[in-house]
Amino acid sequence: MSHSSQSLGHVPIEDHSFSADRGTLALARDIGVELYDTSGPKYTLRTSLAGHDKTVTAVDIALQSGRIVTCSQDRNALVWEPAADGTYKPTLVLLRINRAATFARWSPDEKKFAVGSGARAIAVCYFEEENDWWVSRHIKKPLRSTVLSVEWHPNSVLLAAGSTDSHARVFSAFVKDVDARPAPTVWGERVPFQTLCGDFVSPAGGWVHDAAFSPSGNALAFVSHDSSVTVVYPSGPEQPPAAIVNITTTMLPFISLVWLSENEIVAAGHDCHPVVFVGSDQQGWQLDHSVDDPLKVKKSSGKESSALNMFRQMDLKGTPTSASEDSTLPTIHQNTITKLRAYASSGGRVTKVSSTGVDGRVVIFSV
Amino acid sequence: MSQSLRPYLDCVRSSLTAAISLQNFPSQVVERHNRPEVEANSTPEVILNPLHISRNEHEKVLIEPSINSVRVSIKIKQADEIEHLLVHKFTRFLTGRAEAFMILRRKPVKGYDISFLITNFHTEQMLKHKLVDFIIQFMEEVDKEISEMKLFLNARARFVAEAFLTNV
Repeated sequence: MSHSSQSLGHVPIEDHSFSADRGTLALARDIGVELYDTSGPKYTLRTSLAGHDKTVTAVDIALQSGRIVTCSQDRNALVWEPAADGTYKPTLVLLRINRAATFARWSPDEKKFAVGSGARAIAVCYFEEENDWWVSRHIKKPLRSTVLSVEWHPNSVLLAAGSTDSHARVFSAFVKDVDARPAPTVWGERVPFQTLCGDFVSPAGGWVHDAAFSPSGNALAFVSHDSSVTVVYPSGPEQPPAAIVNITTTMLPFISLVWLSENEIVAAGHDCHPVVFVGSDQQGWQLDHSVDDPLKVKKSSGKESSALNMFRQMDLKGTPTSASEDSTLPTIHQNTITKLRAYASSGGRVTKVSSTGVDGRVVIFSV
Repeated sequence: MSQSLRPYLDCVRSSLTAAISLQNFPSQVVERHNRPEVEANSTPEVILNPLHISRNEHEKVLIEPSINSVRVSIKIKQADEIEHLLVHKFTRFLTGRAEAFMILRRKPVKGYDISFLITNFHTEQMLKHKLVDFIIQFMEEVDKEISEMKLFLNARARFVAEAFLTNV
């Protein structure tokens, strides 16, 4: 179990995305997007994409086409088309929202992407050939507050959204001319655009920071500000869910989660280290172990401070403890983890997840 | 440290640690704005319930959390007139320099002596647990400071009175 960590300055990273070959890393930080070359032992800055004039909130690289979608608090989203010479050509998306864009994700088939926003709407964007631009359709009802995250179902039609009105919702984002008719799922059989296929709250309430479908798409998990993870198993269209499992923890709230397999979830957030939950709809879920556990980290060997050392510290700093000892956390991340993503998988199970944090670090955890 | 001060500070510490779980949150009322929601008070769903922690009727802390900011207000112990005056002068001295202080609010919340406003931008620049440490240390030190100043003031008053009366 080894974790690799890269410290890339002290500017907080809002979101990150690796390319399909894991050779490029895109980071959303401050008002720009930075592309890093990850082939060497140390990540090197290749280029930065400047086009937004407020904090960039999300970045996502499409795995096949290599297109990058970014969105920002300046209410815009841009699609960056890679050119042969390594440059990127930005195209503005007609989002038609009048508040900040908070989150953007490509659908798995890469024909559409969804942008969550503070305008209490999700813009589902697709390319219109005859006008040669990206246009959007809005999912408005029944969103009552800012959308904090959106995540696609593997069939590229259903969309999970978490928002600050403490609801996690599943919508249909079926666009007639773009999508083929989807096969019926447990979430619904006929799903025209904006159908609400599920609406869930955690028992204690709290803003839903992130929601994600399981690899099969037949379960939904979300993390909320009450420090809990909720897993929902639907039973069929128009029916109450077969099981809703809520796992409460005594940790600080989680911000992001990733399904490792159908029976494992990794979540991370304000406690600066990821934790793994294991379970299923029959057995229930529980917290299994934490990755990079701060309790297991050995304190530095020079813990027994000599009297001389103590007086020296009193002389230098005015306090008997050295500053470096208690100013760093025992975890790899030194501040809130903002985003977890699957990095590598083998045999249908995710084996490595990448994380970025407010401390400007990129860490790849073996889980 | 007295018997009741330790649990009081421990309680404030754990409540503050939980409350400083902040994230960037753009305003959903005014476009292109990003402001502390606890101060703007325009989006009720992103403001959490305020929390009172009091040791006795003279010493209490109010923590008002929201999605991107938390406001911490402290009422400092004031047993008599002199302490009241000293606390007033002391907090005035600090709030007059609020810009250099980053997390200090210029005006305390009504009913409290000093207020801090911690936003997500502060937790990005500074270490979260150090911010909590700072506020706890401030609460520990300020009582000591005030009673020291009071002793000093009394001693000085006595000296002045003595000098004044012996000259007559």
